[in-house]
Amino acid sequence: MSRWIVALLSLGLTLAAAVLAAGPARALSHAEARHLLARTGFGATLAEIRDFEPLSRDQAIERVLSQRSDSAATPAPDWVGDPVMPPRRLRAMSDEERQRFRRARIEEAIELQAWWYREMVASPSPLTERMTLFWHNHFTSSIRKVKSPHLMYRQNVLLRRHALGNFRDLLHAIARDPAMIIYLDNVTNRRGRPNENFARELLELFTLGEGHYSERDIKEAARAFTGWSLNRRSGEYRFVARWHDHGEKVFMGRRGNLNGSDIVEIVLQHPQVSVHVARKLWREFVSDTPDPAEIGRIAEAFRASDYDISVALAETLSVPQFWDPGARGALVKSPVELLVGTIRQFELRPQNVRRLPRIGRHLGQAVLDPPNVKGWPGGTAWITADSLLARQQVLEMFTRRAGLSVGTNGRAAGGRNGMGWLSGWMNDLDPDQRRPDALIAFLLPVPPVHPPVPGQDPARLMRHLLLDPAYQLK
Amino acid sequence: MNRRHFLCTTASLALASAVTPLCAAAAQGDRVLVLVELAGGNDGLNTVVPYGDPAYARLRPALAVPRDQVLPLSETVGLNQALGPLMPAWRAGELAAVLGVGYPRPNRSHFRSIDIWETGSDSDETLTDGWITRVWRDHRRAGDGSTDVIVLGGGSGVAAGDGLRSVVLRNPAQFLDRAGRIRQASAPDGNAALAHILKVQGEIEEAAEDLRAVERRAPTLKAEFPSGPFGRQLSVAAKLIASKTAVRTIKLALPGFDTHRGQPGQHTALLKQLGSGLAALRAALLASSDWNRVLVMTYSEFGRRAAQNGSNGTDHGTAAPHFFLGSRVRGGLHGAQPSLTELAAGDLEHRVDFRRLYATVAQDWWRLPVAGSPFAAHRPLAVLRG
Repeated sequence: MSRWIVALLSLGLTLAAAVLAAGPARALSHAEARHLLARTGFGATLAEIRDFEPLSRDQAIERVLSQRSDSAATPAPDWVGDPVMPPRRLRAMSDEERQRFRRARIEEAIELQAWWYREMVASPSPLTERMTLFWHNHFTSSIRKVKSPHLMYRQNVLLRRHALGNFRDLLHAIARDPAMIIYLDNVTNRRGRPNENFARELLELFTLGEGHYSERDIKEAARAFTGWSLNRRSGEYRFVARWHDHGEKVFMGRRGNLNGSDIVEIVLQHPQVSVHVARKLWREFVSDTPDPAEIGRIAEAFRASDYDISVALAETLSVPQFWDPGARGALVKSPVELLVGTIRQFELRPQNVRRLPRIGRHLGQAVLDPPNVKGWPGGTAWITADSLLARQQVLEMFTRRAGLSVGTNGRAAGGRNGMGWLSGWMNDLDPDQRRPDALIAFLLPVPPVHPPVPGQDPARLMRHLLLDPAYQLK
Repeated sequence: MNRRHFLCTTASLALASAVTPLCAAAAQGDRVLVLVELAGGNDGLNTVVPYGDPAYARLRPALAVPRDQVLPLSETVGLNQALGPLMPAWRAGELAAVLGVGYPRPNRSHFRSIDIWETGSDSDETLTDGWITRVWRDHRRAGDGSTDVIVLGGGSGVAAGDGLRSVVLRNPAQFLDRAGRIRQASAPDGNAALAHILKVQGEIEEAAEDLRAVERRAPTLKAEFPSGPFGRQLSVAAKLIASKTAVRTIKLALPGFDTHRGQPGQHTALLKQLGSGLAALRAALLASSDWNRVLVMTYSEFGRRAAQNGSNGTDHGTAAPHFFLGSRVRGGLHGAQPSLTELAAGDLEHRVDFRRLYATVAQDWWRLPVAGSPFAAHRPLAVLRG
């Protein structure tokens, strides 16, 4: 019997030692679970945070990544199945036709932006939408120049399909993407009169970054992409052989009758590509100050996986800098994160989603219409005197409900004092979740700048916290 | 933006003798450029009307401004009567119309062409810095407390890029209202993002204080500004200048010039706002003795097509006239009127590169050196007196 006890005891000790040795394998704290979900999604609900609390870091990261999806759950606008408008020049139309044509395009553009917001609000995989937005800000195209909502829709579908897939596939696909071909002028890139716009951004923004290629490389790459065009009728990629420069090119030390695919493959052999993407992921998910040693490690894993984006992301989310308590609240929410996050974490049901893109534009982020090919600079640049005042205004509207006509899930929001939905939301909480410290821990990544007055009515406290500067952070 | 007061006010001027001034005030004779964006693409042919050319009425059977509604500036061109309030300035020799302003290989996209105008780029060149930024880049002095650009209307493209102190105050009244609800706080250590937000809050508060001081201290303006947003922008601009705010460029915008259909009523209303607004600005600043340090310049992404379209409007075009207004302006007609019979694919051929206007402002208004200027290759127009 004593032998049994000794055996059991030693087994117990071994287990305890194993648990201690694998320190990070312990369950997440509430703050850690919240942090991971805030950084990889929009705003998480209390229930979502609670679901992640029993997991270890690795399990939690794996779970976030496993929830990915390669297509949108929200039904696309009806017109995406219609044929793309034949290439009739606007000037060839009667004025009335042209007006109608313009109005219809504008309406479709608004529907498309609203569709993406709907998907971001409803998606079972917020990370997929965050990554789609990430790639939209990397491989930028603007509906303002592309002018075709159809082609912008297809590009969005493409970005989502590859959002957490393989960067090599994504890069090849984007080089043949009709919206991109229009946006960066490859439509006019022809033998004898090359247009360097796409070639330049391919190297400068999409893959290598400045300083890792020569002007000659750009010229030669532009020649290799001549004739990569689109069929205006079907809106599909088309290679036009008679526009293609079949001559010999020299690109990054390689010589031959290179075409666009060859250029992409040669670029991908350069280790700098993985570093460039890793830095961008770091700025998106970790902090404004990438750590060179960790970037090197992430980039290496990215290359070793042959450009598996989910591997790079898993590595990025595993760095100690991500889990450091000091990292919480170190990034500014983008306008989309502020809007979609506020809606998601309270499970609000916006009654007029078409307003969201407009509000986003007002706050400095018009989806599908980035300011230029570099995309939104992000980080602290989101906050200017104008945008900060506008953010406060929007949050006040949320707390008053009136402005945004948001309603909570299935519940009559009620209450004329403007706190209706907040009170309703609070009623569903357990008493311990309604405590001020619990509400603060749920809503803010760092302590409020303006400490709430003790004994405040909980709905008022919520309003106070939403308007605190700390709410702008993630 | 300067952490300490980016707008300078007579309030601090009044205290300057007693305490260290918190901000720079406009020195005597500091020159201000008031840029007016005619957003949407102003129809130049119905602004400075080539009434003497028979081709004009042929191209625009329904849209041509009738002869009796044209105020002649010469035997061939005249102002649309809606700009009548500017005639006193014309007669005083303070209004210049530069005819045929545009650029080679014109782009007819609003978005692309305004970028070209606001950066001063070539048609096929993409620049990210605004032309004011480019012009001032090497000439800001350390300790110079001036705000370079205050944007009161439209985009801030002319001031894009690093190196300038600029501030966007699209709606000062709303700004003050919202700013009043901001609670100041100092940042806890170690969180740069939060520190940035609180710094911006501080700037908002300072800007609001300064604006309130401008409101309080500006002399009562002896002018009636048109009602509406453009009139409000002008009245704020006048107050900023009359209260000796140290600023080099104030940018305004009058939107609505994209007159594809039903042009006549719309365009007349816009020109009336423009004419009466600029006349009020001149009157106010003449009265406050600030007019001699002010130069007004208009711009727009493009003019409109020579021929009218089928919707009683006009489509995106190319060259157009632009105005300079100020006491140091050499009034009259400058540049050359594009031909209405030798059109390029239905559009006017430009006669003056728009960057010559920028060279004029940089060299002859701000007196910046030609050497190293981004517009050194463009000859200034003889549109300013020494």
